[in-house]
Amino acid sequence: MEKELRLMKGNEAVAEAAIRAGADGYFGYPITPQSEILEYLMEAKPYEKTGMVVLQAESELAAINMVYGGAGCGKKVMTTSSSPGISLKQEGISYIAGAELPCLIVNVVRGGPGLGTIQPAQSDYFQATKGGGHGDYHLIVLAPASVQEMADFVDLGFELAFKYRNPAMILSDGAIGQMMEKVWLSPQKERSKTVPEWATTGKPPTRERNIITSLDLDPNAQEVFNQKLIDKYNEIREKEVRFEEFQCDDAEYLFVAYGTSARVCQKSVQLAREQGIKAGLLRPITLFPFPSKKINELADRMKLILSVEMSAGQMVEDVLLSVNGKVPVYHFGRMGGIVPAPDEVVEDLKSKITGG
Amino acid sequence: MARQATGIKEIIKPENLVYQKTKLMTDNVLSYCPGCGHGTAHRIIAEIIDEEGLQSETIGICPVGCSVLLYNFMDIDWQEAAHGRAPAVATGIKRLMPDKFVFTYQGDGDLAAIGTAETIHSCNRGENILIVFINNGIYGMTGGQMAPTTLPGMKSSTSPYGRDVAIMGNPLKMTDIVATLQGTYYVTRQSVHTPANVKKTKKAIRKAVQYQKLNKGTCFVEIVSNCPSNWKMTPVQSNKWLEENMLPYYPLGDMKIPEDQPA
Repeated sequence: MEKELRLMKGNEAVAEAAIRAGADGYFGYPITPQSEILEYLMEAKPYEKTGMVVLQAESELAAINMVYGGAGCGKKVMTTSSSPGISLKQEGISYIAGAELPCLIVNVVRGGPGLGTIQPAQSDYFQATKGGGHGDYHLIVLAPASVQEMADFVDLGFELAFKYRNPAMILSDGAIGQMMEKVWLSPQKERSKTVPEWATTGKPPTRERNIITSLDLDPNAQEVFNQKLIDKYNEIREKEVRFEEFQCDDAEYLFVAYGTSARVCQKSVQLAREQGIKAGLLRPITLFPFPSKKINELADRMKLILSVEMSAGQMVEDVLLSVNGKVPVYHFGRMGGIVPAPDEVVEDLKSKITGG
Repeated sequence: MARQATGIKEIIKPENLVYQKTKLMTDNVLSYCPGCGHGTAHRIIAEIIDEEGLQSETIGICPVGCSVLLYNFMDIDWQEAAHGRAPAVATGIKRLMPDKFVFTYQGDGDLAAIGTAETIHSCNRGENILIVFINNGIYGMTGGQMAPTTLPGMKSSTSPYGRDVAIMGNPLKMTDIVATLQGTYYVTRQSVHTPANVKKTKKAIRKAVQYQKLNKGTCFVEIVSNCPSNWKMTPVQSNKWLEENMLPYYPLGDMKIPEDQPA
């Protein structure tokens, strides 16, 4: 089967990619700027074609717990939302991480805090990469910078989620969710018939009963479990780091940016170089695991590093930890739903170079 | 001592056996207080799953509350839900595996306070699941706080002078509410405080289990139960108190009976 070329919104690409990835179920609740995902799926009626379940839940809380139920049965299930809705889902996400269930969560980020704005932002970085709900856990976090990656990361997200029995998140934003680009869609995959040995599908006489839980009242056993999670996250840190370099080879100044900010910074690199400033861009594709090692290596060759984010400065903390004092690290950001312009990023870089 | 042991051996013979552990109950020691209704309710469900041959088809969802460790006591596949979210978890399971028997087991705090939305909406959508609702009018596990179903005037650790309905609101009759929803198929309120009531409850749950095969909507069985420890009574006193106080407020009986009875 050939790939199919379509012109789509990022949100629509997620929905279509979910069907084609052979997802078993989608549970969602409307919220701007990602409601097209649920709308697209309802219109596409995949339950008549692949058998994929699509259900509009009564709340984000219910949606994530429907995901928990489906994931506990070993099914490929997902939910999508935007920032305030993702906050509501945090309880369920913590339980899913604690029960070691695979699932895919998409956050089409909008500005906050609170009800904030419906315009794009990257202010949920901490929430996405540091756990988000209660307890020691991590999500596998993928940051798409195009409509193509919105589609591609659905499949990748499911793959990683099942590989590590861990929730995966696509951390997008309102710009990538809403913008239209051409996208190559993968051929339809069949829904998996494999039942993981831990899944609750009814206990046959041939095995012990399966229990999906995150509860352990014995502190010693709970600590053993916590250590198991840490080992898993360390393995993910070791094996799953993904990033993209853009004109880093001869660069003296490095932008670190993901998602929409990385798109902006590509142009900023070009503008800076036109002005004789050798800039480069490191785009983390996985935010957890973070490309710390790569950034630390690049820092050896840089005079200065600028973390560009649509936030008050969140990823910059991970950049600082990665660089570990080798060179100065600064943050430039716009907030409130404003996407920075490439030239204002360059102006900020110049002011940092001159010590302004 | 030796004589006594011999005596017991003489008594424990197959021909003398009148009552035994149900096959689907595990050997784990129940975590409940003496006289609590949970053990009886567990047993009824375990008996029916066994008698209906549903062990390999069943997925149960545990609540948060006294029965949070329910998965230790019954030999079936389980999912432990977050507090109040069991009907949403059950929805996810049943939608993806419509041929399985899916049920939740929830207390009054879980189902009628924090999980009100999940309860009402799963019933309203007519999810083909069974909800077993244990109502003892109190938060047991956390130590006897006021529940949404605590009776007017009833004392608890957070209503130490008795539930003042002017300040704390009235007890919520969730079973009455879900009976009004189009999505429910069979709604009934039972109890397990006497042998006769245990039999009736078993009959009700059996019906609900069988109805799930019809795919006609949510079955909802409330079991009015006791909490001797937090009511600060002996088991016998608590059952008497239940009869004299809980049942007038939560009268037993069917609230919604399917018109089309299964063959």
